[in-house]
Amino acid sequence: MAIEFISGCKAAAEAARLANVDVVAAYPITPQTSIVEYLAKDVSNGRLKAEMVLAESEHSAMSACVGASMVGARAFTATASQGLALMHEVLFYAAGLRLPIVSVIVNRSLASPVSIFADFKDSLAQRDTGWLQFYVESCQEILDSVLIAYRVIEDSRVLLPAFVCMEGFVLSHLSEPVDVPDVQTVSKFLPACDPKYPTLDLKDPKIFNVMAFPDTYEEFERDKQISMLNAFEALQEAYQDFEKIFGRKYQDVETYRVEDADIVLATMGAAAGTAMMVVDQLRSLGERVGLVKVRTFRPFPRRQLREILSHARVVGVLDRDLSIGSTGILFQELQSSLYNQPQRPLMQNFIAGLGGRDIHQGTIGAIFQSLKDTLQKGFVEKNLNWPDENREVLSIWGLPVDHDD
Amino acid sequence: MTTNYTIKTLPDLEQVAPGRSGCDGCGAVMAARWISKITGQSTIMVNATGCMCVNYGYAGAPLHPYIHSLFENTGSILSGIDAGLRALGKRREVNLVGLAGDGGTVDIGFQSLSGAVERQHRFLYVCYDNEGYMNTGGQRSGATPYGSNTATTPVGSEQQGEGLSLLRRKNMVLVMAAHGIPYAATASIAYPLDFMNKVKKAIEIDGPTYLHVLAPCPTSWGFASEESVKIGKLAVETRFAPLYEVEQGKKIVLDRRRSKGTPIIEYLKAQKRFSHLLKPENQHRVDEIQSQIDESWRYLESLAQE
Repeated sequence: MAIEFISGCKAAAEAARLANVDVVAAYPITPQTSIVEYLAKDVSNGRLKAEMVLAESEHSAMSACVGASMVGARAFTATASQGLALMHEVLFYAAGLRLPIVSVIVNRSLASPVSIFADFKDSLAQRDTGWLQFYVESCQEILDSVLIAYRVIEDSRVLLPAFVCMEGFVLSHLSEPVDVPDVQTVSKFLPACDPKYPTLDLKDPKIFNVMAFPDTYEEFERDKQISMLNAFEALQEAYQDFEKIFGRKYQDVETYRVEDADIVLATMGAAAGTAMMVVDQLRSLGERVGLVKVRTFRPFPRRQLREILSHARVVGVLDRDLSIGSTGILFQELQSSLYNQPQRPLMQNFIAGLGGRDIHQGTIGAIFQSLKDTLQKGFVEKNLNWPDENREVLSIWGLPVDHDD
Repeated sequence: MTTNYTIKTLPDLEQVAPGRSGCDGCGAVMAARWISKITGQSTIMVNATGCMCVNYGYAGAPLHPYIHSLFENTGSILSGIDAGLRALGKRREVNLVGLAGDGGTVDIGFQSLSGAVERQHRFLYVCYDNEGYMNTGGQRSGATPYGSNTATTPVGSEQQGEGLSLLRRKNMVLVMAAHGIPYAATASIAYPLDFMNKVKKAIEIDGPTYLHVLAPCPTSWGFASEESVKIGKLAVETRFAPLYEVEQGKKIVLDRRRSKGTPIIEYLKAQKRFSHLLKPENQHRVDEIQSQIDESWRYLESLAQE
């Protein structure tokens, strides 16, 4: 093992190399490009023995991953934003074929208007495709999560593809010290690819992707649902082994100072790091606040979240996304998870960080202040809140600044 | 290059189980059967959405590994299989074949096919051209010929069928040849031995190869199911769908013997989709089709001379 000072993109590429992937199929899109560039260099230098498919689109890149995976090869891709949207159709297809493909998503907004900066709209818009989704907070977590993802999705209990999502620029172009393990150590955690699913095999000819009529289609969906939920068990085992081998501990839901907290903020991704600092500051002032970071978004850890939040009186959800016409997406998931609890917390949604707007300590401080007000009032005045909206722009555009969403 | 098959030396073994559910006289089913007769038990086939995934793949006809791709990604699924097999050291044992209709090839699948051949993946791609979206009921595609009465270009009081301002179909073989691929050719189900020998030639090449097979469609073209071969022959004889091969993107071999230049009216009058063209007021359209065919033939001849 060696500590290296590397970016999120480099960490993703190192993980794919350490996973000894057989096929890398990708198409360039900012801010994902350097992942594939690093892998191309590794292949060019003989550091990784893999086939590169430099596809003519993301739709084809994902299709090439499907083709490779269909003959039993370990396939890897990375994309973002428009590229992920273009893959959309093939995502359902890959999940339906039960192919354990890993795609790193470097989260970026979607046009129009154009933005190359981070929010989670691209990957969260794919939440119903049957892919596992992990959201990470640091460059180390990117590397580790790719290895964990392969291990879990190649498990015969799961056999579904997975995203490992990091915020564009915030993590992709941030350099941090990362512990890069050696190949031998990784092979103890992630064995060589040995497909546990039917492949296009001359010795055992099969026909794939035929039609399911109404008497069976629903059961195919059910099967995927069960396998997706099986991932929790496979993930727990993987986390335990990972900790034993590498000394780093992961959970589907990570918590910070929530044990006695009246007010808990839930979020995903890199904002969790900033929020931890704010929690510490507020704790030092005597406020009983805590933080929940949802790492595994698909499958959604409903049971774990119910337990963790069973004593919270107010829960805020910071969403770096918005389902237009409704609320933030993490908020929807979390609120529905808690609905049947006998003692539900009050819940408030905060939309921030869209299109790459930085999520500052000040923004998070304002969110906690709003949650504290709610606790004191005992009811939620405003469900959906924009703690960092640019009021000057809204006013120039003639939009209401205190609109009740 | 090994010797060509004759009717006596063709493989006996079929790779197609009985019981497929295509229309009687379906040209595409014949094409699929004859492809795998040559590519054999080592075939892995990728088949785009269209008639053949429904009446061939779903019917359990292929005895070799087979996957129904999406509509537009046959080329890129082939790319991934080729890359995956290479990475695993299994490439040599497999005859990799793509099968798609004209919609899946010249329209929606064009980009992924172009990318796959540009990247020099090794596979044989066969387009069975029935000149429209026949699986969905006979709508117009980018391969539908001028003057056709289709479900989306119906003959009416104001319009006389497909693309009256469009003078020429997309020539997919020349487009593929322009990628500089080692082998691209036309073929017809009316000449099975010629077709199968082209499959044989293509599959032996280490690189992307392309066959464009005219597959007459009794259901949507409007002829009796026992006439598929006759219609296929007329298409070749009238030079509507001439037989030729293009090697390395430049050397063109034109089958002048079979494409003898029978007047196009013989082909048109045999199919209901062109019946409106037989009216006296549409004579100029028939003349226009004949002149397009003559012009295309002269163009092919000019390429063949170089």
